[in-house]
Amino acid sequence: MRRVDRSQRATISITLNGRQVSAEAEPRMLLSDFLRHSLGATGTHVGCEHGVCGCCTVLIDGAAVRSCLTLAVQAEGKAVTTVESLAGADGRLNALQQAFKNNHALQCGFCTPGILMSFTDFLGRNPTPSEAEIVEVLSGHLCRCTGYAGIVAAVLEVSGSKDNAEKRSV
Amino acid sequence: MKPRPFDYLRPDTVEEAVAALAAHGEAARVLAGGQSLMAMLNLRLIEPAVLIDIARVPELADIREMSGAIEIGAAVTQNRLMAWPGLAEKLPLLAAALPFVGHFQTRNKGTVCGSVAHADPSSEIPLVLAMLGGEVVLRSRRGTRTLLASAFQRGMLSTAREPDELITAVRFPVQRQRRVAFREVARRHGDFAIVAVAAVADGGRVRIGVGGVADRPATRDIAMDADLGDAVNALAWELEGYEDIHATARMRRDILRRIAPQVVDEALRCVA
Repeated sequence: MRRVDRSQRATISITLNGRQVSAEAEPRMLLSDFLRHSLGATGTHVGCEHGVCGCCTVLIDGAAVRSCLTLAVQAEGKAVTTVESLAGADGRLNALQQAFKNNHALQCGFCTPGILMSFTDFLGRNPTPSEAEIVEVLSGHLCRCTGYAGIVAAVLEVSGSKDNAEKRSV
Repeated sequence: MKPRPFDYLRPDTVEEAVAALAAHGEAARVLAGGQSLMAMLNLRLIEPAVLIDIARVPELADIREMSGAIEIGAAVTQNRLMAWPGLAEKLPLLAAALPFVGHFQTRNKGTVCGSVAHADPSSEIPLVLAMLGGEVVLRSRRGTRTLLASAFQRGMLSTAREPDELITAVRFPVQRQRRVAFREVARRHGDFAIVAVAAVADGGRVRIGVGGVADRPATRDIAMDADLGDAVNALAWELEGYEDIHATARMRRDILRRIAPQVVDEALRCVA
């Protein structure tokens, strides 16, 4: 049985975007804070801290989850994937990010990391979703700038669900 | 906000989890998916001294077919159940309700048993469990007991679970009725329902289930030849409704009167 007392700082190891990393955390530390403050991975944003806004969404073992509703210690030994993993080493955007850019799917960009991670999981399971399915997944996020239409268009574009498949190579 | 400090325990077996609950009782909370519990911790609505994380207990990770029922272990997530191949055939009402449970992102972590344990009156899974006459399996050092959903859920966020008991599974009876429907009204798809209504048609009667109006799920059998509007109106007055930030009691009764006939109609026309 793993046990960490409240005053204890345990060493938590995770695989972050393919790299083995570790840092200390007390039991109450949220994964969102662990990523940002302990590991310096500030691409993951923190909004509401009670699971409503979706800004902090990351993948744990490939599944999109709220990192603010996850303790760092719960992620121990797991593979965590964040928005930092999406662009190439040369800074080149991946297809999903490029589609967001093409469709004006972000303005201030605060909510964008979480939305990108949700669709990274979802498109892996369902590569050609319907518009209704995209809206359903997007309902787990709040965006105060875009009105969502651009985001739906971006996901339709990248998934080739609409007849704009020619843009996929962009 | 951040949670207050607590001790974290991650047992490897049910026996260890039950021993930890026996030792800490009311000071402890069981953490599975944490999709309600972690929010409550962050908001400091609860301040447990000990968290017992059961998410990695292998014995709790199964969806099992028993004779006449499907048993879902306490670590099974809502999305895993949604992806279970037998769901639509064996539990069509649950298959209709699960897409309304939180969001894709919260269903990836939130558990079926966790929804039942949390006992929110507007929650979909406890409503389906009550509709189908399902059971909750509770284990402690004193032994194992099984409670009917109606005996388990006692009121708003309140259940018959004793402080030393662990919910190890819930059991949904396999459904033979195919005519089912589920619908809810919420501010945003995936948010807590203001009112949720389920219907199962069977021979000459229809059973309706209502969440979000009383302090726990309510079910009612209505004869097909009865006046549905009158029956739903009587039920609305009986359940009264409650007032919160989302809706007044009157609005809840009104939504129930409006959507229940639609859900019944949908069930009658449905061949799931």
